[in-house]
Amino acid sequence: MLSPTLIALIPLLPVFSFLLIALGGKKYFPNLCGILATLAILGSFILSATVAYEYFFQLGPTAGAFKPTVAVSLQWLPFSPDVSIDMGILLDPISVMMLVVVTLISLMVHFYSLGYMKGETRYATFYSFLGLFTFSMLGLVLSSNIFQIYAFWELVGVSSFLLIGFYFDKPSAVAASKKAFIVTRFADLGFLIGILVLAYYSGTLDFQTLITRLTTPTDQLHHSMAATFMGCSALSWGLALVFVGGAGKSAMFPLHIWLPDAMEGPTPVSALIHAATMVVAGVYLVARLFPIFAISSPASLDIVAWVGITSSFIAAIVACTQTDIKRVLAYSTMSQIGYMMFALGVSGYGGEHGLGFMASMFHLFTHAMFKALLFLGAGSVIHYVHSNDMKDMGGLRKHMPITHITFLVACLAIAGIPPFAGFFSKEEILTAAYHGNKAIFGIALVTAAITAFYMFRLYFSIFWSKDFHPYHTEDGHGAHDAHHGEGPFTMLLPLLILGLLSIGAGFLPFGRLVTSDGVAIVTEFNPGFSAGPVLLALAGIVLAWSFYKKQNNAPDQVAGNIKGFYTAAYHKFYIDEVYIFITRKIVFNLIGRPAAWFDRNIVDGTINLIASLAEIVSFLIRKIQSGKVQVYALYFMFGVLGFVLLFMFW
Amino acid sequence: MINLSILILIPLITAVLVLLSQNAKQVKWVALLGSLVQLGYSSLLMKTFMADRAAGNTAQMLYQSKTTWFGVPNVLQIDYFVGVDGISVAMIMLTAIVVFTGILISWNVERMTKEFFFLLVLLSLGAYGFFISLDLFAMFFFLEVAVIPKFLLIGIWGSGKKEYSAMKLALMLMGGSALVLIGLIGLYYNTQTLGGQHTYDLMQIAKMHIPIETQRIVFPLMFLGFGVFTAIFPFHTWAPDGHSSAPTAASMFLAGISMKLGGYGCLRVATYLMPEAAHEYSMYIIVLSTIAIIYGAFATLMQKDLKYINAYSSVSHCGFVIFGIGMLTKTSVNGAVMQMVSHGLMTALFFGAIGMIYERTHTRLVAQLGGLLKTIPFIITIFTLAGLCSLGLPGLSGFVAEMTVFMGAWQNPDTFSRVATVLACSSIVVTAVYILRAVGASAMGPIKNEHYLHFKDAAWNERLASLTLMLGILAIGIYPFWLTNLIAPDTQIIMENLTRGLIK
Repeated sequence: MLSPTLIALIPLLPVFSFLLIALGGKKYFPNLCGILATLAILGSFILSATVAYEYFFQLGPTAGAFKPTVAVSLQWLPFSPDVSIDMGILLDPISVMMLVVVTLISLMVHFYSLGYMKGETRYATFYSFLGLFTFSMLGLVLSSNIFQIYAFWELVGVSSFLLIGFYFDKPSAVAASKKAFIVTRFADLGFLIGILVLAYYSGTLDFQTLITRLTTPTDQLHHSMAATFMGCSALSWGLALVFVGGAGKSAMFPLHIWLPDAMEGPTPVSALIHAATMVVAGVYLVARLFPIFAISSPASLDIVAWVGITSSFIAAIVACTQTDIKRVLAYSTMSQIGYMMFALGVSGYGGEHGLGFMASMFHLFTHAMFKALLFLGAGSVIHYVHSNDMKDMGGLRKHMPITHITFLVACLAIAGIPPFAGFFSKEEILTAAYHGNKAIFGIALVTAAITAFYMFRLYFSIFWSKDFHPYHTEDGHGAHDAHHGEGPFTMLLPLLILGLLSIGAGFLPFGRLVTSDGVAIVTEFNPGFSAGPVLLALAGIVLAWSFYKKQNNAPDQVAGNIKGFYTAAYHKFYIDEVYIFITRKIVFNLIGRPAAWFDRNIVDGTINLIASLAEIVSFLIRKIQSGKVQVYALYFMFGVLGFVLLFMFW
Repeated sequence: MINLSILILIPLITAVLVLLSQNAKQVKWVALLGSLVQLGYSSLLMKTFMADRAAGNTAQMLYQSKTTWFGVPNVLQIDYFVGVDGISVAMIMLTAIVVFTGILISWNVERMTKEFFFLLVLLSLGAYGFFISLDLFAMFFFLEVAVIPKFLLIGIWGSGKKEYSAMKLALMLMGGSALVLIGLIGLYYNTQTLGGQHTYDLMQIAKMHIPIETQRIVFPLMFLGFGVFTAIFPFHTWAPDGHSSAPTAASMFLAGISMKLGGYGCLRVATYLMPEAAHEYSMYIIVLSTIAIIYGAFATLMQKDLKYINAYSSVSHCGFVIFGIGMLTKTSVNGAVMQMVSHGLMTALFFGAIGMIYERTHTRLVAQLGGLLKTIPFIITIFTLAGLCSLGLPGLSGFVAEMTVFMGAWQNPDTFSRVATVLACSSIVVTAVYILRAVGASAMGPIKNEHYLHFKDAAWNERLASLTLMLGILAIGIYPFWLTNLIAPDTQIIMENLTRGLIK
């Protein structure tokens, strides 16, 4: 096994690159920053790949199961002798898998951005933020302590904020970055309180101790089950609240509203943060605490399942109506993460029961590849067309052959067509759902068909449909003069690599490596079961083909027939409007404004009133102090007289 | 090796030298040098203190010295009695940093420079004296020394309705100290007499059992009196007006140091000396501080002036100090002390950055700012970092302090505390909203005003000041354990006294 120092370097290399660029590089060698950051992340990737190889194949399973190991642990903030926030590195199958995913996608994005972001004024800043994000994300996946994961959770949030608002002079980007941060912050409140609950009952913040104490019959488990609040055990509350945090980060319904807007960020950022890594943090969090969910609180797991499937279905429908290609991809991300969530939700713990867990992680893995590919492909298209809207696109297959082919591969993968990567992971998820919950299985099947439809709607609209006339676009110079519209080599290589992975990643023996309890499970391929979903996906593709292969009015007719529903879906079911109503009307006008008014007029008014009273009283009684001795003698005489009378008659 | 009186002597000498200086330039350099020496000495104090503690010196107060200041045998005994524990060392360090940076930020003060810097130094003298005093009366004396300069600083060098604000601030703080004065005299006459002599000695009083009837009367006086300084609800309204009218350095001192005098007093005097009453009143304290946290945050949402934003957010953040003390668990009290240090640094930085922006734009109204990141990137980066610290970003000091308070508060298992803690936690969302609105509107977006394009970014003094404060914030945010190690043994002692209160 690698030494702890080398493992610690995996998250530290990106942060070094961040510091170097932010503190000096930006000013003194701005053009080298991209290469510097890319080299740093390359280092991280090589180390991660080594760790993964050693963990899975050299160290191997002990007594049949992969065991978690803590490579590094430093006490960071002690609260009491038993409870402290530690900064540590926990290696277990899921963290090692995530390590590879994060560094790989981050490397691809770093490399891609060398071309995509070239010439940007804040080129160096962009790379420093990417470094900060990668560091935070790696810190998150390696966390050995539930408070550590919360700390890095906030850090990825702020990196995401900085990157969404990268084009900070664009008001829409500023608004989107604020929205993303605030919505996830709101969810994090749940996470924080969840941590407080879990920490209180388990008496620890350390993941492994926490899981042991809350899954085996201990005093802690007993207490947390016995204490109830509104009919549910404290443990269920704690887990549900933690899940709220995860749902916020993973853009689950109804906390998903920030994700489509987050597409205001540069496209490589969307690929890295808002498709492959950060948004799956919620899934990762549930997976991290999965034994507690599955063994001690199946009720909370049901919430996970239903939130997942609902998000998946709603997002798929909305995706069919959007015309901004990045927004379509954003909704598809939300839908696919919904898949991962409900896969966890229907799963049990241990052995064959843990199929859903394994499928979810598998889908997380394959999704990272093909979704990053889709976004990077979309980036290439946007780079060429200078627009996000599919109405401005069409016929691009002739102009960008490599982007076209890789994009097609990714679409086939996400649609679940064999033998592309998505097929395998989606099959496992559907199998798990079939055994776990039939209702969820049914909705998932429909969603799979819709997924294929909207992805191919996207594909045909970009690459087929009408002909593309580059010279007729508003910005008719530069890249358009060339014969084809592909970006530079730096942008193509990541597309090709991710394209290969989207084809091949499905053949990984995932069930042997990443399972709920570390014990390998055998997944058998069942053609009879697979035929259904594949046929449904093909039907979706055919429908998309008939609608969008050539421009025609069939889509408009269909949309016209279900006008009300279509409009609602087009407006994302008005969820944004509900939020705006709540924040503007209720929080600002009914709480904020009255609070500020109350403070100025009542609280401060009272203080001012007291001051004025003092002034008035002193004004009234100042006449008594006339300075004339005769008057004072008179007061004195009356005073004496008064006292004499008082004592005589009392 | 360490003589605490030097901490008072350095500002005293600086003040005299400032008065003797010939011109404005000399004044500034003398003041800066004085504060630098003080910063050096405070660091030495902290280093020595930590070394002594590590070497096993477990005395509650180190480096004590005591001389009679004002004594009439059998009638009155006031001592100049000094000594420090980890909590006061942290506070002294905070004061030294804020004073040093505040003087740097004031480099461009042109009107009545000598008087301005004299008052700043005098204010710091009061703060140092307060933090090292172990005699209640001496403590009160230094508290007053720290109040008067604020009145003049705001009234003369302020902006806006400065006379009103200065008067309001001075009267409210004076009102607070009047309560403290009544309280401490009440306490004095209820101390057990050893040979016919009452005492103001904090260490002795802590060991005595003040009758519970006395505590019931004195505790609220003391707690509210000190509470006024730390802007406890509903006596916080001096803060928004005072801060917004004050010159930058005075705002920094006010929020960075002065509000901490109150928090320190609430802990060291009220809670430590009267543990039984602290338990009895803890519910009220929690209610008031929870209101301050939530209501301060919501009131901030509606502010349009950057200084008002930070002033109201200070009300909310200082609420955490009182909240942590009111929760009466070891962790929460630790958190309260950490929050004092963290808030002191962060808010000084925030006010400093706001001052730098104001000096250039001549407006603090958020609506008139915009796109400043393009023209003054350094200042805006600092401004944003201060904001992020305020909303509790991990790696910066706010996070560790708030989380410690929350963890500590959650240890109280009753429903009342739970509800209060959840409410207090929910303020982190509101904080995020107002900070991001402020940063988004002033730093990002398109540039609103042509003139903004010609701004010069931070000058050397501004850079040095920002980086010093930032260093402190990062030191706590990244390595919180040194601060916990510094203060934990001494909160432990306070807690033992409190447990005594609980058993009874």
